[in-house]
Amino acid sequence: MQRKHNLLENTIHGIFLLMGLVTVGFVLIITIYLVISGIPAISQIGFFKFMFGKTWASTHTTNPQFGILPFVLSSVYGTAGAIALGVPIGFFASVYLSKLASPKLKALITSAVDLLAGIPSVVYGLVGMLVLVPGIRIILNVPDGASLLAAILVLTVMILPSIIKVSITALDAVPSEYEDASLALGATPVETYFRVSVPAAKSGIAASIVLGIGRAIGEATAVMMVSGNAPNMPSLQQSVRFLTTAVASEMSYAGEGLQRQALFSIALVLFLFIMLINAALNFFIKKNKEG
Amino acid sequence: MKSEKLAAKRRFYDKAMRSFMLISVAAISALVLFLIVYIMAKGLPNISWELLTTKPSRLKGTIGILPDILNTIYIVISTLLIVLPIGVGAAIYLTEYATNHKLVSIIEYTTETLSGIPSIIYGLVGMIFFCEFLHLGTSLLAGSLTLVIMNLPTIMRTTQESLKTVPQSYREGAFGLGAGKWRVVRTVVLPGCVDGIITGCILSVGRIMGETAALFYTAGFAHALSGFFEGMVNSGATLTVSLYVYAKENGEFEVAFAIASILMILTVLINLSASLVQSYYQKRRSL
Amino acid sequence: MKKFLALILGMTMMMSALSGCGQKAAAAAVSTDGSTSMEEVINILGEAFVENNKDVKFTYNPTGSGSGITAVKEGRCDIGLSSRALSEEEKSDGLKGTVLAYDGIAVIVNPENPVTDLTVEQIAKIYTGEITNWKDVGGDDKEIVLIGREAGSGTRDGFESITETKNSCKYRQELTSTGDVITTVSQNPNAVGYASLSAVKDNVKVLMVNGVAPSEDTVKDGSYKVQRPFVLVTMEGKELSKTAQEFFDYITSSKVNDLISSAGVVSAN
Repeated sequence: MQRKHNLLENTIHGIFLLMGLVTVGFVLIITIYLVISGIPAISQIGFFKFMFGKTWASTHTTNPQFGILPFVLSSVYGTAGAIALGVPIGFFASVYLSKLASPKLKALITSAVDLLAGIPSVVYGLVGMLVLVPGIRIILNVPDGASLLAAILVLTVMILPSIIKVSITALDAVPSEYEDASLALGATPVETYFRVSVPAAKSGIAASIVLGIGRAIGEATAVMMVSGNAPNMPSLQQSVRFLTTAVASEMSYAGEGLQRQALFSIALVLFLFIMLINAALNFFIKKNKEG
Repeated sequence: MKSEKLAAKRRFYDKAMRSFMLISVAAISALVLFLIVYIMAKGLPNISWELLTTKPSRLKGTIGILPDILNTIYIVISTLLIVLPIGVGAAIYLTEYATNHKLVSIIEYTTETLSGIPSIIYGLVGMIFFCEFLHLGTSLLAGSLTLVIMNLPTIMRTTQESLKTVPQSYREGAFGLGAGKWRVVRTVVLPGCVDGIITGCILSVGRIMGETAALFYTAGFAHALSGFFEGMVNSGATLTVSLYVYAKENGEFEVAFAIASILMILTVLINLSASLVQSYYQKRRSL
Repeated sequence: MKKFLALILGMTMMMSALSGCGQKAAAAAVSTDGSTSMEEVINILGEAFVENNKDVKFTYNPTGSGSGITAVKEGRCDIGLSSRALSEEEKSDGLKGTVLAYDGIAVIVNPENPVTDLTVEQIAKIYTGEITNWKDVGGDDKEIVLIGREAGSGTRDGFESITETKNSCKYRQELTSTGDVITTVSQNPNAVGYASLSAVKDNVKVLMVNGVAPSEDTVKDGSYKVQRPFVLVTMEGKELSKTAQEFFDYITSSKVNDLISSAGVVSAN
């Protein structure tokens, strides 16, 4: 009886262990598949030619070129632009919502931010394509509005929810003793929030920014709908291709061969970027827990 | 004199910061308001009974989104059916069973990693692993398996969080009465994390509904009307994917906006029910 | 928890039962996969075929010519759809192409644009960046915005081979679908693009090429130069299923000429 019972317990323990290991398995599968399918093209093209080549002409009949520098830089600039615009807005809004807003207002705006977070990216792309792109063309008086700028603006909106939600959580968690002490010393509420609460929540806020970076660099659908997709070196008013859209735009048509393999190599590069960002995120989250 | 100057500087700082904050909040509110009004104004007038209950016909030149609605429901159900046991099981393992700290931190790290991977990469890996390597073809099944990986972290996180709220004393009490581990998990732990599971489900439904890039290459974009099991092995577009197809491929913006407004309403409903579930369980706990 | 699972399970069963009654499990199926440009024509033919053979299930997966060809090779569909002729390499892999129809590739501009006619040479010069302003071809003093398709697209392949601009097009935007090109051109008064004639709507203006407007007749007699074939791709020597063969015979028969031309393309048979 006892043995049977132990057997049952052990089996169940084993089953739960297996379920726990599923995520590890999936990460391994993803990594292995990306490496296996991404390496051949890189080694065939040559690492430096692939990473730092400035021209992408995958279907050139005589001299196909596979340089992904334009995609890497577009992704980096696009993300940097979205962060530059989104972080200040998100930061000030979260301080206000966490510290100054009445509970009613806080609940209202938070649910608005939740709505922003829940809207599918394709809807952002749709609105961007029909409002933002023609808008940029008319306001800036340029020949065409599908550009890096349009992508930055759409990404800014898309990363706001991540920044605000994580920052608010961090700011809410600042012990009120800190703030009370500062207020008692004669600091105004605003001074207190920015000079005491914000520094106390800084690793949480940093984590929110890293989360935003991850979201911006990984977005494909919305960017594809507003950025024009030409493999140019990035410039604000030119149409550009991100790492994500480089994979997405040619995937469905690419036959077998080097073109398709090169797309997997791009995905591998994107994956490495994401792993770096994840490592940074983990660092800040750990710091937040300790601090 | 000097202190007055300082006071002026402080007042200025105060005012500047306050206005920055107000501008930011106003900008966000204006943005949300614009999105709601714009999408609803363009979408709601195009929703008709016919649109919701027919399939598209090229012969007649009409468009219906019934297949897309069904595909969305199928994929939500199948994904949840697979991801729930795994996710809840993994969460239980982490909080109840695991004793090896190293293993726990590896699992937690990989879970973090999974939630950070962009959907386009899921799409690619799903395509080569599920569609090609496992020979599932471009099908809803391949799509939902891909979504299982994407939603695993969500279910694990919400379940884990609610497991932490189950008081340790309950477990100890049950052990004290001589219950085995499995019995404790079944009778004490599992009922305690129902709210986490439900919240996780709701959040996952939102994520599944909103997904495009991962489904392009795994589930395809067909608009065929079929039953659950037949649908699972065939290619099919969910609402979001068909929104993309109608907007980008066909230039049918009336339909695209109609779908967008439906998705928007669903998003509001999902958010609402998630917070309702949370506050319901919070109240019950505090009683 | 159990209740919850039971609920989901119940819903699943209900759902499958519900949609199951609509149509008795389809006994036979035809699956097609490929070119997005062929969406309209293949769906019309598929619907018409199903109307005559109620128990057949027809599916079409719009993935793109390249994917369609790969799908046939890997046996993931019955008939592949390609909007470009098969390459020598693909033919040597054992693939067989049967031309279903010819499609004009319309050169389109915004309705506000006064230009109505271009020669093939002018089009080539515009797309290679030799001509960059509309005033050089009789239009307003505005910079030309070149809209094209992504690498690998059948439409792009057809357009570039006819205008002999392969490898040298200086696109401002590379879009991933026919509809996208049309929408973008309809929104930008400076844009020029190319798209399948069958998909063009009245929100854009179709240009004449060498003085010939694209139409069924001019595509058929070859006087409209910019055109490409719609190809059905199968494996050489591999027998199609009975239903797929019936479908293949049906759509390549002259019976369906009216249906094919209702899609705006010209039947090859």
